[in-house]
Amino acid sequence: MSDPPAQSQRLSWRRLRALTVKETRQLLRDKSNLMVGLFLPVVLILIFGYGLSFDVRNAPVGIVSQDTSPTARDVVAGFYLSPYFTVTELHSMSEAQRLMRAGRIEAIVYMQTDFSRRLAAGNATIQVLVNGVDANRARVLEGFAQGAIGQWSVKRAAAGAGGAMPAPAVRLETRLWFNEANTSTHFLVPGLIVLIMTLNGALLTSLVMAREWERGTLESLFVTPINTGELIASKLIPYFGVGLCGLAMCLLAGKFLFFVPIRGSLLLIILISMLYLLVSLSLGLLISAATKNQFLASQIALITSFLPALMLSGFIFDLRSVPAIVRAISTVLPPTYYVEALQTLFLAGNVPGLIIKDVAVLIVAAVVLLVLIRINTRKQLV
Amino acid sequence: MNGGAGDLIVQGEALTKRFARQKNDTITALDHVSFGARHGTLTALVGPDGAGKTTLLRLAAGLMKPDEGTLTVIGLDAARQPQAIQDRISYMPQRFGLYEDLSVQENLDLYADLHGVSHEQRAERYPRLMEMTALAPFLDRLAGQLSGGMKQKLGLACTLVRSPELLLLDEPTVGVDPLSRRELWDIVSGLVENEGLSVLVSTSYMDEAERCAHVVVLHEGKVLASGPPDELRSRADGHSFFVISQRQEPARKLQAELIDRPDVIDAVPQGGQVRVVLREREPLSLEGATLEATPPNLEDSLMMLLRQETHVRPAANAALELVKKEAQGHDVVIEVHDLVRKFGDFTAVNRTSFEVKRGEVFGLLGPNGAGKTTTFRMLCGLLPATSGTLRVAGADLRRARAEARQNIGYVAQKFSLYGDISVLENLQFFAGAYGLRNSRAEQRIEWAMENFELKQRATSTAGSLPGGFQRRLAMAAALLHEPAIVFLDEPTSGADPLARREFWRRIGSLADHGTTIVVTTHFMEEAEYCDRIMIQDAGTMLAIGTPEEVRKQAGEADRPARSMEEAFIGIVEHARERAQRQEHAA
Repeated sequence: MSDPPAQSQRLSWRRLRALTVKETRQLLRDKSNLMVGLFLPVVLILIFGYGLSFDVRNAPVGIVSQDTSPTARDVVAGFYLSPYFTVTELHSMSEAQRLMRAGRIEAIVYMQTDFSRRLAAGNATIQVLVNGVDANRARVLEGFAQGAIGQWSVKRAAAGAGGAMPAPAVRLETRLWFNEANTSTHFLVPGLIVLIMTLNGALLTSLVMAREWERGTLESLFVTPINTGELIASKLIPYFGVGLCGLAMCLLAGKFLFFVPIRGSLLLIILISMLYLLVSLSLGLLISAATKNQFLASQIALITSFLPALMLSGFIFDLRSVPAIVRAISTVLPPTYYVEALQTLFLAGNVPGLIIKDVAVLIVAAVVLLVLIRINTRKQLV
Repeated sequence: MNGGAGDLIVQGEALTKRFARQKNDTITALDHVSFGARHGTLTALVGPDGAGKTTLLRLAAGLMKPDEGTLTVIGLDAARQPQAIQDRISYMPQRFGLYEDLSVQENLDLYADLHGVSHEQRAERYPRLMEMTALAPFLDRLAGQLSGGMKQKLGLACTLVRSPELLLLDEPTVGVDPLSRRELWDIVSGLVENEGLSVLVSTSYMDEAERCAHVVVLHEGKVLASGPPDELRSRADGHSFFVISQRQEPARKLQAELIDRPDVIDAVPQGGQVRVVLREREPLSLEGATLEATPPNLEDSLMMLLRQETHVRPAANAALELVKKEAQGHDVVIEVHDLVRKFGDFTAVNRTSFEVKRGEVFGLLGPNGAGKTTTFRMLCGLLPATSGTLRVAGADLRRARAEARQNIGYVAQKFSLYGDISVLENLQFFAGAYGLRNSRAEQRIEWAMENFELKQRATSTAGSLPGGFQRRLAMAAALLHEPAIVFLDEPTSGADPLARREFWRRIGSLADHGTTIVVTTHFMEEAEYCDRIMIQDAGTMLAIGTPEEVRKQAGEADRPARSMEEAFIGIVEHARERAQRQEHAA
């Protein structure tokens, strides 16, 4: 009996290493962990990158032109040339309406028999009917249809074909900033990183402490010289590693699969992601330590971290257009700031004021959560 | 170390600990408990379920703080300096927290690292731990794939990776077979004798308490008595007898008759006779039987203490009100022939044949991993057999499982009722599941609540019940549809002596009324309650017959083995030696 009493008040690297190695082994042996940690990000990348897109391409449009004049043909040709539409020429409005109802076409372009005659008179109209079920998509389609018609009128003016229809004195030229190509992938990839960081962080760690409570392993562990700081750190370290793998996958996919521009500093993106990962891991661990029950912990983690990151962070729904109360909720959620920082860094560049604010909020969140974990993890059974 | 062998390493003064259950409902787990454990000795905490044994050990481990009183462990106040204590002691909880997804070696290394055991110390310590626990061949195996006994040994090895100043063990042998139990105790006593280790252990086995220097008897949070085993035993001096019966019937029938008598404190079948503890010193007169005085054991005096101090009578009101099933002679109700079950290359049950008659109590005994549970599951139709025939209640289980199931009741080893609904709702659910309707269901539920004394707990959720009540409820649920055959898988594992007597009294009355019972158990003395037993090891049937026949088979020449435990260990070890010899020869 000559073992020197261990100095458990101070952090011991040896104990921390032992606990971390144990945690890593458990992580690697449990297939379900690896599924969530590494396989799920790949699936999400593919779904978000290829499956889910807010872009409009090759939208089916039905054109009913009762005027057979070359002028009307020109308008139709304009739609044929647009990459955004796939044109079906129809003979009557009733047929077009039927197809629209059946969901076979998304828009109808209608020109009356006297189109070219009225054009000469200066009061021609082209009717564009868009399926408005998906309001966002309808607006985009409407814009593209206007664009196609606009192209035609510009060409016509340039050709000076009969001064009957003068070129518009003021031409409205819209231009998108920061996402000039207006491809939603560029906008989705930063959001995807947020989702994966949240998923890896909160969902995986929400299980780890609860698992030890459920299996009764903590009771044995408590009666050793370990201190709670070591215990908490050993739970964070392996999952931090998994989170970084997810981040790397997203960044590589963003760059080489979806060609997302990175306007800001890559280093800043990585540093902020690490900071958010810490916040997310801490949230999961806090839930785990407080509930002591794996099922409950995973449900709470899903509701308090994953869903807000998806719905309330400004990733899918623009926060400027949500009700004030929802906006108020989202201002206290860390993912909101991470989304803001990432979208800025990816698409706009380094905007110091904004980034500093976001980093500050995330640091505060991490500190608060770590303190709460510490309070909730005592070496006591009751 | 500090101090001689005489002073106390653990000392509790008027310890009180309460737990809040629900609103305005607290349970006093410990009520002004004062006790001491000496340096360099084994001290046992014994007592029925809910006595406060686990709470006391958790207080000593610094995992909880007492509400009142002081607890000094290795000279430190357990409430103020838990970490300083935890740095110097080792504690093995009832369910030792092995990491089941880590290997044996990885578990050991983890605890060695946490306790700061250097590599030189490990080189010296590991071989000894391996020698003690015989785990060396399994170092790379995941802890989750070890048998129950091996898990407990690994848990003990993990707590012993360094030399603690005090070892706390909470029921270390629950669910462990007699062979592993004996090995585990040899390890602990060896450490006490050779290294002067101090051990505080809680147990529900009285034979384990007999091996300790000092015993503290707890009951419902209070100390009933404490002292060396000799001193405690002497309390029952002159009260213990063997009843030698001339009647031609199983010992369990006489035992049931005796335990129901108010002038008998305790009665258990033992070695074909019945051991009794009488309230008065003069023997009672029994027709067709003679009494022979015998020195008391610790269990006798524990029963006596409980009766004197708390008026608790074992198995009081446990006999069930039953309608005798129409006797159809002693026809065979379970018929097993050449039963085999393989899991891949592994043969869990190997060519087993036996028969069970109506109204018989049939016991399946064997060490952990012997194939008991597998045999059991096949009998209940939960697992298909690889080959062989199996007829239960006249139905071939490979074809007509649903029919056969109507006639059987099954009580699983683990608590398998719904923990979050009430006792009554559980019974209602099972009545429905067995197809009992309206008045019939009501009548059976009423019977179950009455006979299993569940009335007062009818609205409590099943999960919040104490262990004894949960076991009662599980059994009540399995009997609702009045099955002809009842299967019970380790029903008494972790149960205290009182609960076990109660359980066997109920089993006895079921068998007397024509219900067939098939039961597995780790308590060898419980085999004496069975009409016939079968001993299995490594999937093979080693012995079958009445308890007396099995004892004779195990003994040498004319002297049958004295106890069932001795017989069991003899038979299993003999079979293992023979298997090894054959392996060497081949």
